Amino acid sequence: MNSTPTFAVRTKDVAKSFHDGVAETPVLRGTQFDARLGEMMLLVGPSGCGKTTLLSIIAGTLAADAGEIEVMGQRIDQMSTAAVTKFRSTQLGFIFQQFNLIPTISVAENVSVPLLIAGMSSRKAEDRARELLTRVGLGDRANTRPGRLSGGQQQRVAIARALVHNPPLIICDEPTSALDSENGRQVMEILRSIAGDPGRCVVIVTHDNRTYRFADRMAEMEDGVIQRVLNSPAEIAEAYGAAVVH
Amino acid sequence: MLRLALKMLFGDHAKYLMLISGITFATLLMTQGAALFCGIMSWTYSPLRNIRADIWVADPQVSQVNDSKPMRDIELQRVRSVDGVAWASELYQGGNQARMLEGGFKFVTVVGLDPTTLAGAPTEITEGRLDDLRLPNSVILDEFGVSLFSDLIGRPIKVGDAFEINDKEARLVAICKSQRSFTGAPFVFTTYDRVTAYSPGQRKQLSFILAEPVAGKSAEEVARQIERETGLKAFTQSELLWSTVIWFIKNTGIPINIGLIVFIGLVVGIAISGQTFYSFLLENSRNLAALKAMGASNATLCAMVVLQSLAVGFIGLGIGLGLVSMMGRLVLRLNKVPFLMLWQIPVAAAVAVLFICTLAALLGIVRIVRLEPAAVFR
Ligand SMILES: Nc1ncnc2c1ncn2[C@@H]1O[C@H](COP(=O)(O)OP(=O)(O)OP(=O)(O)O)[C@@H](O)[C@H]1O
Ligand SMILES: [Mg+2]
Repeated sequence: MNSTPTFAVRTKDVAKSFHDGVAETPVLRGTQFDARLGEMMLLVGPSGCGKTTLLSIIAGTLAADAGEIEVMGQRIDQMSTAAVTKFRSTQLGFIFQQFNLIPTISVAENVSVPLLIAGMSSRKAEDRARELLTRVGLGDRANTRPGRLSGGQQQRVAIARALVHNPPLIICDEPTSALDSENGRQVMEILRSIAGDPGRCVVIVTHDNRTYRFADRMAEMEDGVIQRVLNSPAEIAEAYGAAVVH
Repeated sequence: MLRLALKMLFGDHAKYLMLISGITFATLLMTQGAALFCGIMSWTYSPLRNIRADIWVADPQVSQVNDSKPMRDIELQRVRSVDGVAWASELYQGGNQARMLEGGFKFVTVVGLDPTTLAGAPTEITEGRLDDLRLPNSVILDEFGVSLFSDLIGRPIKVGDAFEINDKEARLVAICKSQRSFTGAPFVFTTYDRVTAYSPGQRKQLSFILAEPVAGKSAEEVARQIERETGLKAFTQSELLWSTVIWFIKNTGIPINIGLIVFIGLVVGIAISGQTFYSFLLENSRNLAALKAMGASNATLCAMVVLQSLAVGFIGLGIGLGLVSMMGRLVLRLNKVPFLMLWQIPVAAAVAVLFICTLAALLGIVRIVRLEPAAVFR
């Protein structure tokens, strides 16, 4: 990449503490993090170091105590809660470890949720949802309840849901850790293909070193600060010895 | 999103059934209790329904229609002479024993009507003729009495049969419809002059004077006029009805106890449905958090919860009211259990259910507003 990278995410000096009664636990301490459009960025680190906290702050679902958070060129730390909520609905797609599909509605209805939130009619939304389900290889399961699907299939439904409204930034917290390696690989391949789109950025928090070979870049976090950023698949491969495909 | 809310609700069959049955049960308890209450109250003022008159005049100490403080017969003339009174008739009302010729007896309420006008006579005669009451020793018995007496003697009693009241013959010339009394004693209508024979030893037996206002004057106006001129107590029909109901509320434990049933129905309803709805929300909070994370606004989520609780409320209310009216129909056929479904009862039940749902929805809204969307990552 020779041209100036366009940042999907850029944070500066982010601080966040949690208050537990009287005790105050600092979790993020001046964290700098960035992710660019057209790439898959991994955020890795030991359990409890603050990865999910940082991801929540980037997603605007958690407010930071201090610092600047720029997402898709907008300072979300300066927005009102309502504005951030609205912002999320158009700019962000979410993929969670526990899938978080609504069990009592069909797979297609689940996928159409972001469109419904945006105010699209449910018929149009479901048509679009079916397209997306076909893209993740589940076109024939559109009318099934999520509970009938395997973990891997459910996560693919969640991916379809995260993409259905065409958000530029896809945020994933441990998308593969509830899955076996075959399903994990499938999910990562789909995410990899999304990240190939120059208008998109995929940020993944993960523990799972089987995912490393899919990444463009990787940030290593420890104790609430980014200790090191590996800036290419080659650097990742060098550091972790993983074979990088693509 | 609202359609989604309903799908989320209806999709959770077990919870949905629990919620609906909670509301249904609460509706049932409340309306059933209220109808029971109104039914019992309607028993207390049944003489007012069975003996029709616009104005009831009684001794000043009388405050309810089952009460009897006999007045002197002369009072009838005094009431008649009050300005605005079109006519006034004597009425006796008192308890007696009716003895079957075959043996066995029942308590009855004997009503003695003015022998010339038969003012206050039952309006719905189902068998026989009202005018035959002018024949010697004749009485009219209500349908309830007919069934009681028939049970007692083991064969159906009919017009032409006789029994005894105070060792005097009482020959049945007609059967009428009536509203059941509080004591469960059937109504026996006869004429005022015959009451002396049926209940001796009572010098004064004028329980009430029935009157009607002249055309162009209201019953209330004339009642007040009667009170001013005679020093007696005069009630319009509705005044005596309410006075009776209030007397029973003040002087017996029954209304309180039934009021308690209604109240418990409300509390149980709130508890069950509030609890179920809350646990529905708890289980759903992960989904709600996910929706919030995906950009659903608080307003949208709240609208969803309100819709869910209203849907549950109205479906439960509908089923509950349906069940109660079915039960009521069955019970009324028996004529032994008090049940009176005033239109106010379902309206009040709807208000109560609305209250329960609002409460449940409020619980939900508080949760939603407090819900951290970040919770989904955990
Ligand atoms: N809502 C909260 N209240 C109090 N403490 C919290 C809260 N959320 C996170 N923490 C604490 O902040 C620290 C960082 O949590 P975080 O979830 O960001 O870690 P993580 O890197 O995602 O860990 P893992 O890999 O186990 O998911 C932990 O010590 C955690 O206990
Ligand atoms: Mg985490």
